[in-house]
Amino acid sequence: MSARIFSGSNHPLIAYLMAGYPTLNRSLEAAEIVFKAGADALELGVPFSDPLADGPLIQKASTVALRQNVSLRLVLDMAGRLSGSGKPIFIMSYLNPILRMGYAEFAAQASRSGVSGVIIPDLPVELAAEWVRTAWANRLGTVFLATPSTSTPRLKKIAQNSTAFVYLVSVYGVTGVRDELPGYTYEFIRRAKSVVNRPLALGFGVSNPRTVSHALKAGVDGVIVGSLLISKLMDQESSWVEVLANLESTVHALKQATSTTVPTEEGK
Amino acid sequence: MAKKKVGWFGDFGGQFAPETLMEALSALEAEYSKIRRDTTFRRELNYYLRSYAGRPTPLYYAKNLSDIVGGARIYLKREDLLHGGAHKINNALGQALLAKRMGKTRVIAETGAGQHGVATAMAAAVLGLHAEVYMGSEDMERQRLNVFRMRLLGATVHPVDAGSRTLKDAINEAMRDWIANVSNTHYLVGSVVGPHPYPTIVRDFQSVIGREIMVQFKKSVGGLPDYIVACVGGGSNAAGSFQAFVDEKKVKLVGVQAAGQGLASGKHAAPLLAGSVGVMHGMRTYLLQDDNGQIQLTHSVAAGLDYSAVGPEHSYFKQTGRVEYVGVTDEEAVKAFETLSRSEGIIPALESSHALAYAIKLAATLPHDTTIVVTLSGRGDKDVESVAKFRGSML
Repeated sequence: MSARIFSGSNHPLIAYLMAGYPTLNRSLEAAEIVFKAGADALELGVPFSDPLADGPLIQKASTVALRQNVSLRLVLDMAGRLSGSGKPIFIMSYLNPILRMGYAEFAAQASRSGVSGVIIPDLPVELAAEWVRTAWANRLGTVFLATPSTSTPRLKKIAQNSTAFVYLVSVYGVTGVRDELPGYTYEFIRRAKSVVNRPLALGFGVSNPRTVSHALKAGVDGVIVGSLLISKLMDQESSWVEVLANLESTVHALKQATSTTVPTEEGK
Repeated sequence: MAKKKVGWFGDFGGQFAPETLMEALSALEAEYSKIRRDTTFRRELNYYLRSYAGRPTPLYYAKNLSDIVGGARIYLKREDLLHGGAHKINNALGQALLAKRMGKTRVIAETGAGQHGVATAMAAAVLGLHAEVYMGSEDMERQRLNVFRMRLLGATVHPVDAGSRTLKDAINEAMRDWIANVSNTHYLVGSVVGPHPYPTIVRDFQSVIGREIMVQFKKSVGGLPDYIVACVGGGSNAAGSFQAFVDEKKVKLVGVQAAGQGLASGKHAAPLLAGSVGVMHGMRTYLLQDDNGQIQLTHSVAAGLDYSAVGPEHSYFKQTGRVEYVGVTDEEAVKAFETLSRSEGIIPALESSHALAYAIKLAATLPHDTTIVVTLSGRGDKDVESVAKFRGSML
């Protein structure tokens, strides 16, 4: 299912939401709105006590979700309830909650919930053989991250093990909202494009239509937007109805940018 | 779990790090394996350890204490006499020299009790590096003196307000900094924790403690000690004390964890006694975690032991049985703190007081010809206020 979003001329917008933020029900509503606004897939974050690759926004969302005892099991239930949308759902979880459940049980449950793939930011590809086998046996896609510091030989290894797509981390840094991305991000995208024969999705700091457009032109196949959406959900001034309307227009504008950008020859 | 041999202690350790750090960890590993055999580096480090930090530290026979206890003879390895007041300087100097070799201009560190932060600030000052230290805001409150010392030494101290606002959260924040600044920054990890190669690097820089114990004991007493006892939070002073004796099977090694208000209370920091295996801070090791794999909050009167994980080599020693791990409560540790202060005129760090408390209990059950070496990892000036508070009085 996950390969489909990258097919043809479609450039998927993958929306990240933290399951359980601001509450489990509201994160479900937000996910439905995000799909309605045109997101092609959902990356559903599992709250963790020690999210060391995340900036303050996602840390805060994680803390709020944990206060409500949102566990990996509950997140998989939520994914199951969203699977009727027909759109791919990726689980993004730090390793320890998955280990606690056990690879086999987690993969089986995720598969039953209609999950397309799993992203584990603290599982490097060298230590992932067992996970990759288990995911494969349960028809779950694997996604590994590559960063501007990743050497080209590693990039190839990461691509070989990523059956769904390769997650390109745009910057040296943690997740967060960024006005624009540095020049080295685009060099990295071009380098990845030249050696990776898998779909590429760019995340971390993709926070406006202009960046989306630049990233696609540089050669990524899709984009992942997270902290920006979380920041919309954190708006304390507005009613929940207004927050959702705001979320919808934000996602809509980002999706517009993915569908109007024509990749240049340079990026191909 | 798939594993390669390098970077593992049996089933423990590994390199569960975010991708951004993987190349930096490889570079660190490569540089470290070079300097390990480099005589120029060793000479330089030894110079600073001797002339700047005050090595070797004495091995002191605590006769008054031993007499009061009335059993085995207790010896103290006086790491509290080092510059900065704790064993932390051994590792801070080693890694700061390593950072310079790698062309890094900035070092960052996490700190719990503040001793590693102080050691890092000192090493950075003397070697001309810029230091920034992450410290949980709760720890900043209970170790105010050390915060002031770090600032005096020219380091920037960043309060960390996330989670339990203690050591584990400071490590998270330091990791985030490193992810963002990996090109010019060395993360000067303060204990035998984190992704490979840190547990090995820190243990090696601390292993001078055990090597000195071995030589000094042989010279002043003869033979080998029967027991070596050290406290274990992350576990660096214990790892350093044990290293030279791991293959000396006759020497019993004991690691003392913080049992806080008692293991049954749930308010403790003893993953080796009441935890289970998982992955955090880049390593597979014993952790305090709940059924959903979330890391639990810890409690100890000693900020330096207040940590929900432990160095992976200790998990391995637990599994193989080479080291026995035991727990000491806040109350027992504070009592040992007072006992040593009065009997020997030495104020031990609250962390080290845990090792001491167990040694006192153990000594009482053993004959006089038995010997116990306790690593006194730090001095307790920083803890005077905490102890006063614990005893219900204010300074």
